[in-house]
Amino acid sequence: MSAIPSAVESAAVERSDTPWRRFAAAYAESRIAVAALVVLVAIIVMALSAPWISPQNPYDLAQLDIMDARLPPGEQSATGMTFVLGSDDQGRDMLSAIFYGLRISLGVGISATLVAVSIGLALGLVAAYAGGRIDALIMRVVDLQLSFPAILVALVLLAVVGQGVDKIIIALIMVQWAYYARTVRSSALVERNKEYVEAARCLRLSPARILFRHILPNCLPPLIVVATVQVAHAIALEATLSFLGLGLPITQPSLGLLIANGFSYLLSGKYWISFYPGLALLLTIMSINLVADQLRDVLNPRLAR
Amino acid sequence: MLAYTIRRLFLSLVLLLVMSLLVFVGVYAIGNPVDLLISPEADQKEIEQAIVALGLDKPLWEQYVIFVKNALSGDLGRSFAFSTPAVELILQRMPATMELAIVAMLMAILLGIPLGLYAGLKPDSMPAKAIMAGSIFGFSLPTFWVGLMLIMIFSVQLGWLPSTGRGETVVLFGIHWSIFTWDGLQHLLMPAFNLALFKLSLLVRLTRAGAREAVLQDYVKFARAKGLRMRRVIGVHVLKNIMIPIVTVIGLEFGSVVAFSIVTETIFAWPGMGKLLIDSINVLDRPVVVAYLMVIVVLFVFINLVVDLLYSTLDPRIRVTGSAA
Repeated sequence: MSAIPSAVESAAVERSDTPWRRFAAAYAESRIAVAALVVLVAIIVMALSAPWISPQNPYDLAQLDIMDARLPPGEQSATGMTFVLGSDDQGRDMLSAIFYGLRISLGVGISATLVAVSIGLALGLVAAYAGGRIDALIMRVVDLQLSFPAILVALVLLAVVGQGVDKIIIALIMVQWAYYARTVRSSALVERNKEYVEAARCLRLSPARILFRHILPNCLPPLIVVATVQVAHAIALEATLSFLGLGLPITQPSLGLLIANGFSYLLSGKYWISFYPGLALLLTIMSINLVADQLRDVLNPRLAR
Repeated sequence: MLAYTIRRLFLSLVLLLVMSLLVFVGVYAIGNPVDLLISPEADQKEIEQAIVALGLDKPLWEQYVIFVKNALSGDLGRSFAFSTPAVELILQRMPATMELAIVAMLMAILLGIPLGLYAGLKPDSMPAKAIMAGSIFGFSLPTFWVGLMLIMIFSVQLGWLPSTGRGETVVLFGIHWSIFTWDGLQHLLMPAFNLALFKLSLLVRLTRAGAREAVLQDYVKFARAKGLRMRRVIGVHVLKNIMIPIVTVIGLEFGSVVAFSIVTETIFAWPGMGKLLIDSINVLDRPVVVAYLMVIVVLFVFINLVVDLLYSTLDPRIRVTGSAA
């Protein structure tokens, strides 16, 4: 079954023969997806280089002047610096605050997802390979977890453990791992019965080796897609929790906290304190979602290309 | 069917017990209530009296036993902040949340299914592409930010709609309703749309996918060959067949709408139980938090049960495999 599409495919893209090139060519078929990737890379670069590209260090109190508070976009500060996106209630440059906020939002979202993927991967593989009671136990816990909305679970966890970067990462891991465990288990169950696994067994390879070197790599494509979507969800969830005042402390303002900070000024028409961090958040989430959408199409073997 | 129903009921009870334990242990680990609830001027004797009165001097397991016993008789403790029974406090706020959630869900259904159907039947037309692009926005935009933007545009810039509260309410069947007064309806519109947006996008995608699959089926060709008008084919034949997954999702998503109303209620200062939860977490009013969670758990278990039973009524195939498993 797999021989025919791959023959068609190699005929269609004759020169790009390495798997990586084939992947890149398939990805580039959608212009929107390429644009989203460019935006996403730009956002990541901005987040990484925040200390060097920001006009000011928004959390160095010595650089802030309360006289500059709540200036609209384009105004100049007392020292002659231009607030491109305006300033907040403490005279902080919004552009700098957004760069730093992106750093925290992306950092929290990505690190939580990485840990959650590892946990979900391990439990999903174990469930699929061991089967029986272990499988049933793990999957019941997954079902229990997934029957409640992520926001509710995260809220309760944060209500229990309190605020902080580490706490919110724990909460995000707790609400995410079940998705990965389920995804990995379902693809591992399919892979387990394929011929190459049988062949590996005939060679008397150890179960660990079969699991990690043979089954695991074949479970990765769907996992990558789910993980990409979940990074976006994690960032949105963190922003929501911070907005509600249960996420990050004020000393580490993520985008959500910046938006919450501007909420009280929104009603008096000072839109920029909330609007621009929200725009940054929106661009981040949308570009990740669009990249994930295209990855799903490219990595899905059923949509024979 | 009866055996299936009984087993589902039993499972629901076990789930409730597990959740009550998790909720209790979790929530009772928050901070020290003694510091929070008793005024700093109180002397040692007053503090001790208050601890005994609140039952905080007993070991944790004993507090849990008392909690379960009381929960079974409908008493989930008294609010530290309001000194009224916590359940009563939540049930008072529940109609506001339910009104918001139901209106949001209706909005999502009444807009989402027709839009999805259109996008599925004419996938290459410009409006269909616009609908799909819109649904990507609906998925990506964080609920709270949409709420802020709605306030910014319709309350601050245009001044068309009020941004906080429920407005004028009328009492009907002993419950306050916003939807039956003009002022209340104006207050309801923005929060309900805010809450509906995500589900709307979901229903658009689901309906579109279902419709695209259904129009290729033989029964549609047959109905057309029989000479039925397109309207009847779509309205009766196609819609009936794509309703099963849609009804399931509507049922399951209703719970998540109630959960997400926490965010919407906070933004629009809607006096529902979600806002009560956030306020209670902020002042460490634990009985209310525990009671909220138990009410939500009961609600979720109930919704899941109803959806399961409804699903097996709609699609007999499920019932057979369901009772065999």
